[in-house]
Amino acid sequence: MATKGETVETFDAEAVNSKVARNLYEARKKVFPKRAYGTFRSLKWWVMGITLGIYYLTPWLRWDRGEFAPDQAVLIDLANRRFYFFFIEIWPQEFYYVAGLLVMAGIGLFLITSTIGRAWCGYACPQTVWVDLFLVVERFFEGDRNARIKLDKADWTREKIFKRVAKHAVWLLIAFSTGGAWIFYFADAPTLLVNFWTLKAPFVAYATVAVLTFMTYTFGGFMREQVCTYMCPWPRIQAAMLDEDSLTVTYNDWRGEPRNRHAKRAIAAGNIVGDCVDCNACVAVCPMGIDIRDGQQLECITCALCIDACNGVMKKLGREKGLISYATLRDYNANLDLATGGTGKAEDINPISTINIKAMAAARAEKTPEAENDNELPVAPSQVAHTTWRSLARPRTIMYSSVLAVIGFALLTVLVTRSRLEINVIQDRNPMFVKLSDGSIRNGYEIKVLNMIAKPRRFNIKVEGLPGAEISFEESTEKFGDAFNIDVAPDQVQAKKIYISVPKDQIKQSHSQFRLLVHEIDGDEKSEYVAKFHAP
Amino acid sequence: MSNNEKKIDEISGVETTGHEWDGITELNNPLPRWWLWTMYATIVFSIGYMIYYPAIPLINEATPGISGETNRSVFMKEMAAAKAAKAGLIKKIEDSTVEEISGDSDLRRFAISGGRSLFKVNCVQCHGSGAQGSPGFPNLNDDDWLWGGDLDSIYLTIAHGARYPHSEETRSSEMPAFGKDELLEKDQIADIAEHVLKISGFEYDVSKEARGAPLFAENCAACHGADGKGDSEFGAPNLADALWLYAGTRQDIIAQINSPKHGEMPAWKARLGDASVKQLAVYVHSLGGGK
Repeated sequence: MATKGETVETFDAEAVNSKVARNLYEARKKVFPKRAYGTFRSLKWWVMGITLGIYYLTPWLRWDRGEFAPDQAVLIDLANRRFYFFFIEIWPQEFYYVAGLLVMAGIGLFLITSTIGRAWCGYACPQTVWVDLFLVVERFFEGDRNARIKLDKADWTREKIFKRVAKHAVWLLIAFSTGGAWIFYFADAPTLLVNFWTLKAPFVAYATVAVLTFMTYTFGGFMREQVCTYMCPWPRIQAAMLDEDSLTVTYNDWRGEPRNRHAKRAIAAGNIVGDCVDCNACVAVCPMGIDIRDGQQLECITCALCIDACNGVMKKLGREKGLISYATLRDYNANLDLATGGTGKAEDINPISTINIKAMAAARAEKTPEAENDNELPVAPSQVAHTTWRSLARPRTIMYSSVLAVIGFALLTVLVTRSRLEINVIQDRNPMFVKLSDGSIRNGYEIKVLNMIAKPRRFNIKVEGLPGAEISFEESTEKFGDAFNIDVAPDQVQAKKIYISVPKDQIKQSHSQFRLLVHEIDGDEKSEYVAKFHAP
Repeated sequence: MSNNEKKIDEISGVETTGHEWDGITELNNPLPRWWLWTMYATIVFSIGYMIYYPAIPLINEATPGISGETNRSVFMKEMAAAKAAKAGLIKKIEDSTVEEISGDSDLRRFAISGGRSLFKVNCVQCHGSGAQGSPGFPNLNDDDWLWGGDLDSIYLTIAHGARYPHSEETRSSEMPAFGKDELLEKDQIADIAEHVLKISGFEYDVSKEARGAPLFAENCAACHGADGKGDSEFGAPNLADALWLYAGTRQDIIAQINSPKHGEMPAWKARLGDASVKQLAVYVHSLGGGK
């Protein structure tokens, strides 16, 4: 009665990558994912477009920093040890910003995982995105699932050779552009592009492209789900971060079981029937080669394509969507308890299925007490728990968000208030001091002035707190008083060896502290270094 | 182990090796293919390696290999390349005076770093690792120079040494042994020492010094100068400053007048070459006391 024209395609799909199906001493069984249609597939197209766009286009963005610094918006300049990110410039000693960003990324992943589960794996992970891209190419040349299986089994005809060569050629092209895009993050992109093709680029550029081309080609074309299943530590780590309120892709067996391909017949025979028609559409679309109906499993990257596939089938059958859905473990368990009368065992399921609900509604309408008893539904539909956005706001997620906000705010504060001028001093230790012919004592210092902006600047360096101090330089014994000026090129460190001598009668103790003050001559920036002066 | 019958483990259905310990048998699972192929690849690689490089030890030496390349030959090649890379700058240094080298910022930087490493090898034995010297061996950091502290003087001292018997042009001078050779009486030497203490700013005996001053003018001023400030022409130390080559106590001064000690330094130009000596001179001059 609830079935309107059961013209649902049934797939001969096996969950080849599920734990029970894969044998360690066996060659990989190929997965031929079918194209899915639906909400999550569309979302994944969008995410793919955006992430690939960011990856390929970022190095080509320009950002004007004046004449003394590169104009590439994002540049990791390893040769000069500078990292440019739009308006931010980071020197090696400021690497803790990057460490801070990594900490934020880590906590961000905790947050995402504890709320919406393995969303990273299913949508944004490069492995997922590139495999998806490679599958688009595969489908273009070889057709969808069934055609590909057929082609895979077919003999090597001219047609098969053409299809395979074309597919691999495009794969290699994608792999090459992937590796090629990577190097542009490390040098001026337009220059490097020209140099790359005129064979003037450094060897490491070609090596990097070669390695990344190879990796992309093998990871995206051949290894695919094996990377996630065997190589990646992330699925293992994430298990520790999921809790019973995290969203996971869930097969709702409390309304699906017992599954049956011939529901009409089974109902006629008086058997209990769930909403699952066992069409295997969810298995056919799965890029990981698993069956979501086996429950949560490590192999599942929660790409949600099975939800799309199942919803399509449910719509065709006129049943409610969401037989496979994003649900929290808490809601799922509550519903399972309702359906099993509290035992939670699969064999006890009296499904809260569309069929049952409709049958009960019909029985109620007829008001025949027998019918209500015969086709007994354990609960009223209103008792079914539905996972909603409320699961997102929990103490745990609020805590993660606060930590994220605090670190972010701290980093921003430090970034905005950071100094762009620094002075480092290394004191001579051999000898610690030198006695001069007039009895005065001299110490030597190697000073380094860091001008951390892309503009030439002149600084004044002054000795403070060391009475009688006189500065001299390497070139001669001529004395220059207690201060001198130094020019520092844009974005550079200027080193200078200085000697400071103090007359005999001013020396009171064997160790005295003083300060080396540096301040910008045409500006306000200041810095200082507390140094020591040694005497006999 | 003698039977060739295959034993199959009942539980896993995998063949066993037949080895058994207390009822525990060892499964004979096949090795992963990739692992096996990697091993075969390394074997193939090792054959090529043995042909290309010296590999098999014989009685006196190893098989040479078709490349003939050894760690030593690679090292020699790298050293030659490093030398070739520096040849241009070395040539420039040879063609320039020390003044010119010091005036050119690139040459100066090269000379100072080269001089620093030459110093660490050849000079530290006497002058100390920080060029700080020790009694009898001058401190090169300070502004007191026996034979002159300008670039040229330092260059000449390093090139030809001091009192070095094997060099014609060596710095040479000798202070008479006033006591030992009985040129002066013991009392007179003690009086002169009081005068030296006075010009150095130490406490002294007034009556002895009064006798010592004319003796100093008569015997010492020719080299050390009337005011005792020394003369680098003769390598005569400045007696009026705070620095002493040996030591500045009364006893030490008397001992030096009585029977002077003289330092000796080898001539380095013949050993190290002109370019190295020039680099050393620029380096020593940069230590803070250069004039």
